[in-house]
Amino acid sequence: MIDVKDIIKPENLVFKKSKVLTDTPMHYCPGCSHGVVHNLIAEVIEEMEIQETTIGVAPVGCSVFAYNYIDIDWHEAAHGRAPAVATGIKRLMPDKFVFTYQGDGDLAAIGTAETIHACNRGENITIVFINNGIYGMTGGQMAPTTLEGMVASTCPSGRDHARDGYPIKMSDLVAQLPGTCYVTRQAVHTAGAVRKAKKAIRKAFENQKRKKGVSLVEVVSTCNSGWKMSPVDANNWMAENMFPFYPLGDLKDE
Amino acid sequence: MKGNEAIAEAAIRYGVDGYFGYPITPQSEVMETLMAMRPWETTGMVVLQAESEVASINMLYGGAGSGKRVMTSSSSPGISLMQEGISYIAGAELPCVIVNVVRGGPGLGTIQPSQSDYFQAVKGGGHGDYKLIVLAPSSVQEMADFVGLAFDLAFKYRNPAMILSDGVIGQMMEKVELDEYRPRWTDEEIIEKNPWAATGKKPVRGQNIMTSLHIQAVDQENVNRRLQAKYKEMQEKEVRYETFMCDDAEYLIVAFGSAARISKKSVELAREKGIKVGLLRPITLFPFPYKEIGSYADQIKGILVPEMNAGQMIEDVKLAVNGKVDVEHYGRMGGMIFSPDEVENALEELIIGG
Ligand SMILES: Cc1ncc(C[n+]2csc(CCOP(=O)(O)OP(=O)(O)O)c2C)c(N)n1
Ligand code: SF4
Ligand SMILES: [Mg+2]
Repeated sequence: MIDVKDIIKPENLVFKKSKVLTDTPMHYCPGCSHGVVHNLIAEVIEEMEIQETTIGVAPVGCSVFAYNYIDIDWHEAAHGRAPAVATGIKRLMPDKFVFTYQGDGDLAAIGTAETIHACNRGENITIVFINNGIYGMTGGQMAPTTLEGMVASTCPSGRDHARDGYPIKMSDLVAQLPGTCYVTRQAVHTAGAVRKAKKAIRKAFENQKRKKGVSLVEVVSTCNSGWKMSPVDANNWMAENMFPFYPLGDLKDE
Repeated sequence: MKGNEAIAEAAIRYGVDGYFGYPITPQSEVMETLMAMRPWETTGMVVLQAESEVASINMLYGGAGSGKRVMTSSSSPGISLMQEGISYIAGAELPCVIVNVVRGGPGLGTIQPSQSDYFQAVKGGGHGDYKLIVLAPSSVQEMADFVGLAFDLAFKYRNPAMILSDGVIGQMMEKVELDEYRPRWTDEEIIEKNPWAATGKKPVRGQNIMTSLHIQAVDQENVNRRLQAKYKEMQEKEVRYETFMCDDAEYLIVAFGSAARISKKSVELAREKGIKVGLLRPITLFPFPYKEIGSYADQIKGILVPEMNAGQMIEDVKLAVNGKVDVEHYGRMGGMIFSPDEVENALEELIIGG
């Protein structure tokens, strides 16, 4: 059997771990998008040399411990309140880079008001929005973003709009608001997608210097545990079902 | 000036960095005064109208975690909405000031003054074992003075502080002496005074993380122990109260805020009749002057607790005297205010006659 130690050799290393990532092992399920997006944020912070001037706001959701992985100062917000917390930080320290990192339950259900109004005020912050169509942390319940017909533990026979309402496209909603300057929908299921998502996150952080309002990067994501699929199946399922409803690309870039 | 205006004036002069609020009667003048004074052009203070009290308290959380002096004001229904955020702020051990200009409830209730949020203010309010520092002003002067005091205590203990006022004091006009303008803390001062704040991670230190999350039970219990130790220290060091004609008193009135103000007149009325009564006014409702009230237990024959509620602080007064003295409540509710005569009559009927 091959020992991992035999594989991890300098000559085999293609990627370096970002210096802005801590050494704490991530608690995410294998195949989860959260870890990939954390890595991209860390790389952007490192490349922009803003580790000392960036403040993150973590959500309640699977990424509640984001602060254990990205080596910057953080606030851990109550469920859904991250955009209000970020508003307080940014208004009082306008020269810092401030971002929220939120799941779909956090951003599009319990925190809808905070999200819409932070966007509408044009706060100069970045919002990273992990849309996995489900409540991952609490064990796979229906989210506001759950697709019609999609199974979750609180809609075991599939989401039925007559009972459960329709999946909500938050990025489309906030793109309508003059307070947002950049709204884009990305994914991290392939190497190409990861590169594009990183570019988008970089732009969303750079935009804070221009003081033109909210930049929101939605990442259509997998939750293989919540979806009860293998990581590979989850990626395929996402491409087949999520992307048609949540098409990738820029919704707004001003 | 009005009590609510005094809060706004005092906040600017004290060097407050940010006010976040949402309009609600009877305290909207606080934000209106701030917006009219445009402190962002003078001291650099930020004033922002949020979309809700849920948002404003979370803006406070962000500001407090940045090491800044931040405050909000609201009235009962709005304060109820803030309880989630207050609990998180207390859990994360961050300093801030919350003003509650109380109106009668429950529910939407009335816009008239009340003291019916005493329990909510002093017993925690939100979820989890925590306490606020609670100051109860009984004059417009104290509305102004307690802004600075509340911030000093909040930063000393890294704990949210509440000014528990009511519509009487918020709307009342009195002469006020205001402090001189003080400059806001500079960024360097904030890093020096509040090394715990999330001001951007520097190579000289580890991450500063503002959080109330401690997933392991042992860790959470350790945090709870630290919080309790802090509250105990406040109880030992920070009790504030005022006495009026208590030295030779045979009876005591214990009242806070506007009820204390009215009761002072009642004491004078009773004294004219030869009744030896004194007034003890708790200024800090948490920490509560248990010992100080208890020390009168052997000297007096009875205590009247007039409150504009159904009887809330009376529970703490009873704890203070631990059954040694008869304690009775006299209350009006729903925004009704008692007169000095009413309280004096209650003293004669419930305590002296009873
Ligand atoms: C006020 C409140 N209500 C409910 C919860 C329970 N809760 C924790 S995480 C969560 C859902 C998170 O889902 P999402 O935001 O989509 O994040 P994910 O785990 O999918 O990344 C819920 C309902 C809570 N912590 N606080
Ligand atoms: S439950 Fe879902 S969102 Fe949470 S870590 Fe696992 S895969 Fe990721
Ligand atoms: Mg989710």
